[in-house]
Amino acid sequence: MMENLTKEKSLTSIIDTSSEFQFNGVKSTASDMKIRMETKNLTVMYGKSTGIKDVSIPIYDNKVTALIGPSGCGKTTFLRALNRMHDMTRIAKVTGEVLLDNKNIYDEDVNPVIIRRKIGMVFQKPTPFPTMSIYDNVVAGLKLVGIRKKSLLQDVCEKALTQAALFDEVKDRLNDSGVSLSGGQQQRLSIARALAVEPEVLLMDEPTSSLDPQATTRIEELIHTLKNDVTIIIITHNMQQAARVSDKTAFFYVGDLVEMGDTRNIFTKPKEKKTEEYLTGRFG
Amino acid sequence: MKTLRYRNIRDKVMESIIIISTVLVLLPLIIIIVHVVVHGISAINWEFFTEELGSPSRAIQGRPTGLVHTILGTVVVDFMALALAVPIGIGAGIMLSEYPDHVLNPTLRIMNDTLNGMPAILKGLFAFVLIVKPMGTFSGFAGAVALAFVMIPIIARTTESALMSIPWSLREAGLAIGLPRWRVVLSTVMPAAKTGLVTGILIGFARAAGEAAPLLFTSFGNNYLPNNWLGFIFEPVDTLPQRLYSLAISPYSEWHSMGWAAAIVLLLFVIVCFVGARLLTRKKFQTN
Ligand SMILES: Nc1ncnc2c1ncn2[C@@H]1O[C@H](COP(=O)(O)OP(=O)(O)OP(=O)(O)O)[C@@H](O)[C@H]1O
Ligand SMILES: [Mg+2]
Repeated sequence: MMENLTKEKSLTSIIDTSSEFQFNGVKSTASDMKIRMETKNLTVMYGKSTGIKDVSIPIYDNKVTALIGPSGCGKTTFLRALNRMHDMTRIAKVTGEVLLDNKNIYDEDVNPVIIRRKIGMVFQKPTPFPTMSIYDNVVAGLKLVGIRKKSLLQDVCEKALTQAALFDEVKDRLNDSGVSLSGGQQQRLSIARALAVEPEVLLMDEPTSSLDPQATTRIEELIHTLKNDVTIIIITHNMQQAARVSDKTAFFYVGDLVEMGDTRNIFTKPKEKKTEEYLTGRFG
Repeated sequence: MKTLRYRNIRDKVMESIIIISTVLVLLPLIIIIVHVVVHGISAINWEFFTEELGSPSRAIQGRPTGLVHTILGTVVVDFMALALAVPIGIGAGIMLSEYPDHVLNPTLRIMNDTLNGMPAILKGLFAFVLIVKPMGTFSGFAGAVALAFVMIPIIARTTESALMSIPWSLREAGLAIGLPRWRVVLSTVMPAAKTGLVTGILIGFARAAGEAAPLLFTSFGNNYLPNNWLGFIFEPVDTLPQRLYSLAISPYSEWHSMGWAAAIVLLLFVIVCFVGARLLTRKKFQTN
């Protein structure tokens, strides 16, 4: 009886708060829901401790999927499994499958370099290449694989920096060092660098965590525009942001996927109690 | 108030200890340099840099004599050694740091540590068996190989630690834009570690440039200039540390002061190489 009451109460409060959330408005119909990636029983172990366990979710083509959940719940761990970034972490062990266009990217015959060409990534912490200029940082993914045509590189650089809402701030100092930028600028530089290679899938780990509201808005607008060509998975601690930019939301809790569904549904009528508690700010 | 005064005093005491230890470290160096210069400067003149040594009678009778063949020999042998050691040493360092899971990695580490701990004279012996025996003659090349054995483990070790000091996130950033692993190492990690890499090469070079032991039965020594440049590679060649040694143990006082002069030149040679390398690799950007 008591429990029912609290449940009732909290649900209303979510529905109340949901009016503060501004959803991105795209109504998804069954026809435009093509699965681009899919994880099957994806488990990542760090030595004996669990990063994530048994996560099976679809990632829809040209949709934005938001990953939410309290700190340390495995969002970054999940994201890194999607482009085989755990290959570099010696103690991390990945089991299960990650399908890209129905092909497991962990198969023996798959070259991780080709996978990462298609699946770009923006890290939680910005990491400009310290010995390179701003310009070289942006076009590194092209220049270092042998693309030398200057006019092409310049166009790509300008376009990527503009998309990442950084161009106006750095257009007069493209030859300065990448590390001479502020933290927020470096984060946008990292975004530009990821965009320059035109990935088909873009993994973004808290891309706006160190940005001011204005730059955050520009990045959110970018996500909206990019969606036409790119499948995006974004981690965010900002619930309003998840609501604004994403079509699908997956909620993680201590290594488990609690639930995934249409963002609007997750935010207005979550199936799981944990989700509801998290969204109403009762923990996390 | 009392504790503040106590802290101030402690601060001063620590500062003095640091200054004293610094002086204690620098003092032997300064004494050596002064001693070498005082003893050797009298033997340095124009001919010292233009004439070959010849027989002891030249020096005794005051005829022109010098160490031009030794200086040129040192430059040729040391840089030949460097050319052999840098690619191998850097390559080994990359393997040790960047491919920890590679099957050859543990073997390489053991080999490198063994080589590092091996006395220099044994490296000379090694080069003797490897090069001098089959060639049938002492040669500058054999000396270079022996010195390369001195340089390689040092360069490999310093390369490894220089690369390891670069955060993994930088490598991941490179991989994330679709670069292959080797390209990430070459174009992002190595440039970021450049100062450390150069330092490693310089330490290896300086160590080898001062070694006489590995040269005794490889490049052997020579009192005369070769007939042409190839002689520096295929014939017995004079080098400063080994010449310094043989001048010092000779019974002629004229040669003793030439030995001190050789030491001055060796010091200058190493200093010039250090400064030159630093100037050539000055950072493009100041990274914090
Ligand atoms: N390299 C690693 N080695 C060992 N444990 C790790 C490693 N990386 C992450 N973990 C652990 O895995 C769990 C999940 O971490 P993860 O970084 O995925 O969390 P997150 O959801 O991204 O958190 P945040 O919101 O704070 O970024 C944590 O308990 C963390 O301590
Ligand atoms: Mg994270």
